[in-house]
Amino acid sequence: MTDVSAEASPEPRSKAASLDRHAVRNRALLLTPAMLVLICAASGPLIFVVIYSFLTAGDYGGVIWQFSLDGWTSVFIERDIFDGTLSIADAHLSIFWRSVKLSLLTTLLAFIFGFPTAYFIATRPRKQRDIWMLLIIIPFWTNLLIRTFAIMEVIRNEGVVNSALMAIGIIDQPIQLLFTDFAILTGMVYVYLPLMVLPVYASMERLDFSLIEAAYDLYATRWQVLRRIIIPVVKPGIIAGSILVFVPSLGAYVTPRVLGGGTKLMLGNLIELQFGQGRNWPLGAALSITLLAIVMVALIIYVRKAGKEDVGHG
Amino acid sequence: MAKAFDLRKQTGFTPVAMLCFALLYMPIILLVVYSFNAGSAISDWQGFSFRWYEAAWQNEQVKEATVRSLIVAGAATLIATTAATLAALATTRGKPFKGQTAVFALINQPLMVPEIVTAVALLVVFALVKVQTGYTGLGYLILAHSAFCIPFAFMPIRARLQGMDLTLEQAAADLYATPWQAFRFVTLPLLWPGVLAGAMLAFVISLDDVVITEFVKTAGQDTLPTYMLGQLRRTVTPEINAISTALLAISVLLVVFFFLANRRKT
Repeated sequence: MTDVSAEASPEPRSKAASLDRHAVRNRALLLTPAMLVLICAASGPLIFVVIYSFLTAGDYGGVIWQFSLDGWTSVFIERDIFDGTLSIADAHLSIFWRSVKLSLLTTLLAFIFGFPTAYFIATRPRKQRDIWMLLIIIPFWTNLLIRTFAIMEVIRNEGVVNSALMAIGIIDQPIQLLFTDFAILTGMVYVYLPLMVLPVYASMERLDFSLIEAAYDLYATRWQVLRRIIIPVVKPGIIAGSILVFVPSLGAYVTPRVLGGGTKLMLGNLIELQFGQGRNWPLGAALSITLLAIVMVALIIYVRKAGKEDVGHG
Repeated sequence: MAKAFDLRKQTGFTPVAMLCFALLYMPIILLVVYSFNAGSAISDWQGFSFRWYEAAWQNEQVKEATVRSLIVAGAATLIATTAATLAALATTRGKPFKGQTAVFALINQPLMVPEIVTAVALLVVFALVKVQTGYTGLGYLILAHSAFCIPFAFMPIRARLQGMDLTLEQAAADLYATPWQAFRFVTLPLLWPGVLAGAMLAFVISLDDVVITEFVKTAGQDTLPTYMLGQLRRTVTPEINAISTALLAISVLLVVFFFLANRRKT
């Protein structure tokens, strides 16, 4: 099945040409199954989303095959159902704003917790590092829903956080943490934190610690060492980690659904709503393309900034 | 102060790291502990019991969802791993070819597009196919899972292939092995750890998926995660903790096994 024969010792020219053609055909055959599955169930369907965003909404969900820009205009503008006047779609804008705000905050918090953690692991003796990394990887590969559910348990009214605060006497009634933006933020930081630690650690491992020694010899303070040596060297890892956290946060669906309790929506939930109760598939499709576009811009910025630097991936 | 000045140490980093590990594990540990709660409230500890494990074991819906999860994950793993192995062979053998970038983009696409967008796209397309063909079986779920598992299977297999010595295959060819024989008796045995790693990743990824399954499934086709998501809307009992703990145990076992197997190799 492989084209090993094509790579055997040099052959006379004509025979080599025929072997080349053979190799090309083999390669195409080998690629076919993966390409077929991906085109049917990943890339191909995306084209339909683009098409659907330009169609007319059906009365009971679905679409009518008639060109319309309503899907796109209603991303930002809504028509009053009584008098037909147009106004800015406040509901959509506030959900966009919440998604971007929470995703940026998630990224920042993941960095604040993740950077020292990656540094800690990178400065352990070589044999210990694998174990610490395993401790990061285990939660990462634990079902997202289970982790979200675990956070829900902790911050619910009868949960550990409220019980502890009441036991110390800081509060005498449980504070409502669940179903707030705070809950979503906590959940997302918890769920996506390993995605920050992994790439930052990967680039931290390459850090030459004799540079730090040299800096200290030259009377640099710890803060200067951190700012002028460690952070510049680890920068590609930080950018990669930020993208890896920001992108799934922006499209998060499960975490805001479970921890936001159906009232604090994010972009992912808004999209779902249009395909469910909202019954506005073109709007849902337009929102999906918008989300995809934001993610692509973030990825392009990343590729520009990180250049050829490797991305450490799970 | 003799030993205190460690050059590598940054003030405050170790406590933050420790806090980070504690925060990562505390919720999971609590979840596991409360799965053994004798009472029916989630956070009110009333003694140790296996009650909720028994309840989950006897719950028909849970059983069906488990079987369905395993069928989908098994089939998707088989398809994704086979497709990824063939694709990895195609992209590591011979010179770089025209369209290689496009092939990589296509393979990695499920990693870059937000899951919710893929889910919606599949909902739209499969709705059309369902109307045209009338077929409503598990095929849609298996196809969808196969697609997003391919990049995860592809990564370790390709990494393994890149680290392999090609001269053994060439020697086999010189000794008049057919390409198939060379593959069967030389390439595949060497590649096997990578294939196994890829299959394990694909299996865990498929078993864990919530979003795409939620959108693609036909009514009554719950997998374990979508069943749990549905339950979270109702009054939650520690039965959910018990199911989570079981699922958690499977993932942790697979990941630790994968990790150890990988470490021994290098």
